[in-house]
Amino acid sequence: MSTHANPALLDVSEVSKSFGSVEVLRSVSLQVTRGEVVTVIGPSGSGKTTLLRCVNFLESYDSGSIRIDGKEVGFRETGTRQRRSERDLAAMRAETGMVFQSFNLFPHLTAAGNIMLGLRKVRGKSSAEARQIAEHWLGRVGLAHKADSLPAELSGGQQQRVGIARAVAMEPKILLLDEITSALDPELVGEVLEVVRSLAEDGMTMVMVTHEMAFARDASSRIVFMADGGVSAAGPPAEILGAEIDNERLRSFLARFRASHF
Amino acid sequence: MLGQIAYALPFLAQGFAVTLWVSLLVVALSLVAGVMMGVGLVYGPAPLRWVVRIFSDTIRGIPILVLIFFVYYGLPAVGIHLESFWAAVLALTLFKTAQVIEYLRGAVGSIPKGQSEASMAIGLTFRQRLAYVIFPQAFRRFLPPWINGVTDAVKGSALVSLLGITDLMHAINQVIGRTYEAMPLYILGAVIYFAVNYALSLASRRLERRFSFIRE
Repeated sequence: MSTHANPALLDVSEVSKSFGSVEVLRSVSLQVTRGEVVTVIGPSGSGKTTLLRCVNFLESYDSGSIRIDGKEVGFRETGTRQRRSERDLAAMRAETGMVFQSFNLFPHLTAAGNIMLGLRKVRGKSSAEARQIAEHWLGRVGLAHKADSLPAELSGGQQQRVGIARAVAMEPKILLLDEITSALDPELVGEVLEVVRSLAEDGMTMVMVTHEMAFARDASSRIVFMADGGVSAAGPPAEILGAEIDNERLRSFLARFRASHF
Repeated sequence: MLGQIAYALPFLAQGFAVTLWVSLLVVALSLVAGVMMGVGLVYGPAPLRWVVRIFSDTIRGIPILVLIFFVYYGLPAVGIHLESFWAAVLALTLFKTAQVIEYLRGAVGSIPKGQSEASMAIGLTFRQRLAYVIFPQAFRRFLPPWINGVTDAVKGSALVSLLGITDLMHAINQVIGRTYEAMPLYILGAVIYFAVNYALSLASRRLERRFSFIRE
């Protein structure tokens, strides 16, 4: 039996970051255990997306540490704060999957090609093997028939589902979802969230920045509310979105949110 | 007139071979150097970016003729003696390299930042990102100005005749020097240059069409 009762898969510890004189993250700490779905909500400019981008080191952070499975993400573990080599960083990033608000599919590759690139070049799979995995995941997101379509031939919702397939096919330890439905027409949001829900049921560990409150309430094990670059409140959905919450910032955020969405 | 041309042809063919050889060297060398320096300009650390920026701006600000004379007549003063042929190739290559740097910067710069981020996120290294994601997309934008630049290189190679190198242009002038029949020979020269460049343009158009499926 392990002595650590519940070791965190993702351990964000006192991370701070500034863009020039603007402090976007103020000593943020967040632990995510295996199989958890954590939703990050908060007003724009609260640092949600920056936090997510620090987890796979698309952004560097000024102080604190981010560990995945015990391994520091962006810096060498030598005591001195030294950025990892390009090779090491690439290897670390392959451990996390990311889905973007603007899809960012590779326009010169087919749906299957988008998924196969990382499998071939990073995971070292043969073309046939990569193709098989790509087809499996395209099937999972309901796009088996679109394997040979180019991104420009797909709808936004379909593109985003390919984006999710591209990320999960790499078998990441943790999946980062950055406002993945914000750029979609309302009628396409459901099909994308359905895919996320089924991944959650499979036990995929996820950190998700979203404005879909209903989805956050139903699908997440924990909700983190960020404000002014810090974690202002965190807890199970019923508690955070409930009426009794004792947090003025959160209450006014939710009130404004409800006013604008209903 | 046809007789004069037939008489001149074997001699012109040699000059034409030199023209093609100079053009090929300049185009190939400037492509390699320009792409490398262009990548340095877009992705390199600040000091490297400044060096490339200063190089490119300086070279593009100098008339190519001045550059050729500078390399051939100027550099010996600092102990660099080049044969006329290589002095000409060097000068033309420097000039073309500065242009290739700008084509590359424009083409790569037009690729949205999200493409780099998405390829980082799946764990590709810098070289892999360039090779599999950025360059394949940038190629379509790089090609048209670059082919234009190649035709410029072929035309510009005529300047090497000023260093006494017997390229097509110089060969034509030499034949005229013997026959005193300028018109037919200059027309012939123009037709040859045009044929080469028109063939290049056609090839470019076909290539562009092949890559036109990429839409952002």
